[in-house]
Amino acid sequence: MRVTVQLFARLRELAGQPELTCDVPEGATIATVWQELAAAYPALEPFGRSISCALNEDFARMRSSVRDGDTVAFLPPVSGGAW
Amino acid sequence: MSVTRFLVTESPLAIEPLAADVETSLRGVDPGCGAVCTFIGYVRATHQGRRVQHLEYEAFVPLAVKSLERIDREVQADWPGTALAIHHRIGRLAIGEASVVIAAASAHRAQAFAACRYAIERIKQITPIWKHEFFEDGQAWVEGATADVEDEAARERARAVACA
Repeated sequence: MRVTVQLFARLRELAGQPELTCDVPEGATIATVWQELAAAYPALEPFGRSISCALNEDFARMRSSVRDGDTVAFLPPVSGGAW
Repeated sequence: MSVTRFLVTESPLAIEPLAADVETSLRGVDPGCGAVCTFIGYVRATHQGRRVQHLEYEAFVPLAVKSLERIDREVQADWPGTALAIHHRIGRLAIGEASVVIAAASAHRAQAFAACRYAIERIKQITPIWKHEFFEDGQAWVEGATADVEDEAARERARAVACA
């Protein structure tokens, strides 16, 4: 099955694109999608411990299951607000 | 006139409409509005000793708006009867421009101050917005907290700061 992946900020820059598609097996979770992505873009791999994720525009967990046609977003550590 | 309470926008921000909106929303609701606390975050000229030329905020807009609405629900749980509004700017910002504006209204000042402080702390913890700083000699993404809305310890830290 195929999912759409959205990337933001430094993840977007490292992958060179804001959005791509990823083929994963039935039963895949968001963690599976990340593993596929990190294999294709090794520069993303170090972010594995600090990212969070969203599924179809809602916060999700890496263990959440994905379905064909879903959109998964990976979020590097955030820095909005005032510093 | 009513304003959108929770907004992520490329347009310049103004605090006055938010302050007016949260205040008027408590009129006629017992015990009424006794305090409005506002916060404005600005683009600072230096970051850790380096001179900032400008910066850019990037957002996952639909999720960022949902996170602001989530913060509102958290505020309602901790300080019932508070009216809250948050606008966050994205895109390219110059030094001295407002990046975020928050208005919190409540019957009493303690709740208004606490809700306003809590809101900015939570934005920094969970709202998917990223700051990209441009210096004379380079650029850098600012990476703060791993956004985890289920991290109760983070929420407790924000609450502790708000009530300090």
